[in-house]
Amino acid sequence: MNRKQRKLKEQLFIWTCRVATWMAVAILFTLLFHVVREGIEWLDLDFLDSFPSRKPEQAGIKSALWGSVWLIGLTAMISIPLSLGSALYLEEYAPQNRWTRIIEINLANLAGMPSILYGLLGLAVFVRYFGLESSLWSGSLTLSLLVLPVVVIASKGAIRSVPLSIREGAYALGARRWQVVLYQVLPSALPGIMTGIILALSRAMGETAPLIMVGALSYIAFLPESPSDPFTVLPVQIYNWAARPQDDFHGLAAGGIIVLLVLLLTLNAGAVFIRSKLQRYKS
Amino acid sequence: MSKKVSILLTGMLTLFIASTGFAGSPTLKGTVKVDGSSTVFPITEAVAEEFGKVKEHRRVRVTVGVSGTGGGFKKFLAGETDINDASRPIKQKEIDKAIKNGVKYIELPVAYDGLSVVVNKSNTWVDFLTVAELHKIWKPGSTVKTWKDIRSSWPNQKIRLYGPGTDSGTFDYFTEVINGKSQVSRSDFTKSEDDNVLVTGVAGDKGSLGYFGFAYYVENKDKLKVVPIKQGDKKPVAPTMTTINNGSYAPLSRPIFIYVNLKSAKKPEVREFVRFYLKQAKELVAEVGYVPLPDQEYQKYLDKFESDFLKLAKH
Repeated sequence: MNRKQRKLKEQLFIWTCRVATWMAVAILFTLLFHVVREGIEWLDLDFLDSFPSRKPEQAGIKSALWGSVWLIGLTAMISIPLSLGSALYLEEYAPQNRWTRIIEINLANLAGMPSILYGLLGLAVFVRYFGLESSLWSGSLTLSLLVLPVVVIASKGAIRSVPLSIREGAYALGARRWQVVLYQVLPSALPGIMTGIILALSRAMGETAPLIMVGALSYIAFLPESPSDPFTVLPVQIYNWAARPQDDFHGLAAGGIIVLLVLLLTLNAGAVFIRSKLQRYKS
Repeated sequence: MSKKVSILLTGMLTLFIASTGFAGSPTLKGTVKVDGSSTVFPITEAVAEEFGKVKEHRRVRVTVGVSGTGGGFKKFLAGETDINDASRPIKQKEIDKAIKNGVKYIELPVAYDGLSVVVNKSNTWVDFLTVAELHKIWKPGSTVKTWKDIRSSWPNQKIRLYGPGTDSGTFDYFTEVINGKSQVSRSDFTKSEDDNVLVTGVAGDKGSLGYFGFAYYVENKDKLKVVPIKQGDKKPVAPTMTTINNGSYAPLSRPIFIYVNLKSAKKPEVREFVRFYLKQAKELVAEVGYVPLPDQEYQKYLDKFESDFLKLAKH
């Protein structure tokens, strides 16, 4: 193969990668453009501060927006300690034997399970067996199960990538094992763990199917005041509007999608901010 | 570390600022739980919205879910909901369950829906379809592949079929009326639980034929052509507010219902909600795109509800 040919192949490869990237970006922007064009006219403060209505011009996403905020907050509070704990245990303490391997394989499998199955589980266990009814508790516990494997796997990876020298340095200074884990390993791994948490919670925020299963509502004209109250969330409200025959409701659905996107971006930006703060602290 | 924990916690807690809602002079209190069909949902939503605007009802919390008619009945018959929205009558299996669980209920029709058979706008040949022709198209193992297979004078254009998913009450009703048995149908058609997908499908496909609820046809009149249906020796009739309301659009007009748990009706807020529903239905039903029952029917069902409730209360 002469030089010219190699150069040509090189160019071909670069362009293939470029086109692939552009395709992804183009599709994303087409979608965004479509949604914004349809939804932007419906967006105003009244839209954020009104309950759903049969009249599109009066309808808003108040109950869905606050429902989503409550649900994601609760899910974070339940799932983060649980998944951090299990990731630390599995990486730092658990012996490497058949049982831990089985647990790890199961975690990987659980992370890929269709979310409707978590909904069925939530309905049977939380809604019926524990008698939590179709409350925020049931919804957030179900979503916690859903995000748990994802966060555990991401956290395990982050913890594993903490250099051995850091641990050894701490031990050399006379630290106990729990001190090493809590003061050295966890802070070093935190940025990676945060990434996992962000991705998992973003996914949870967009979930519809498991929440409909545990009884997320479609019309509700009051805000939840405690975790035992019934609720609805943005994706359920958006789906409901998108399935209506009237065009105006499709506009409302697009408006709801914009709000959901902004909420997701805010959540992610907040997490990125916290992460960068932590990194600065570390160095 | 404690600094980091506090940052994390503040972050989470900020997610938790929720404002509280209502104030006013309450007379009725409690919760009315409704679930069930997505077809009936727009009506119940409208009623719930108006119900909440009345000052005396401000402390009553009405919640409406959309689990589908069948999914809703499961919760209703387990006593988990007060009212079930249903786009078909209760099935024998469900009646047995009700008896087993000791759930007493009343069936209240609230509106009509006319299942509309539609074709592509550029379809010039279809003037009407008979019930027998619909059966020929949709029966299980149907050999209809082109329009010519239906009527020999029609062109040799491939026919593509669109219909609701098998979980939907619309599918149950259509198959029952056209094929003689609920859930029995040819299966090689494009299915979607979302009627808007069917609308888009039929509108973009020249040889297409599909069926779905009347409201979806009305909103997309400019994109679709509706097919008048001929039953027996009668003249072909197209679905309109009038023909569905007076029953001449047959056999594809169907009533849609709410089912009320009579034990729940002992709660004043549920009783009041059902009364309000039947009193306001006529106006609200038309507003959200369905066809109201004839005027006197609502009063009739209201009376039936009151007397059934009284009968039960005596026991």
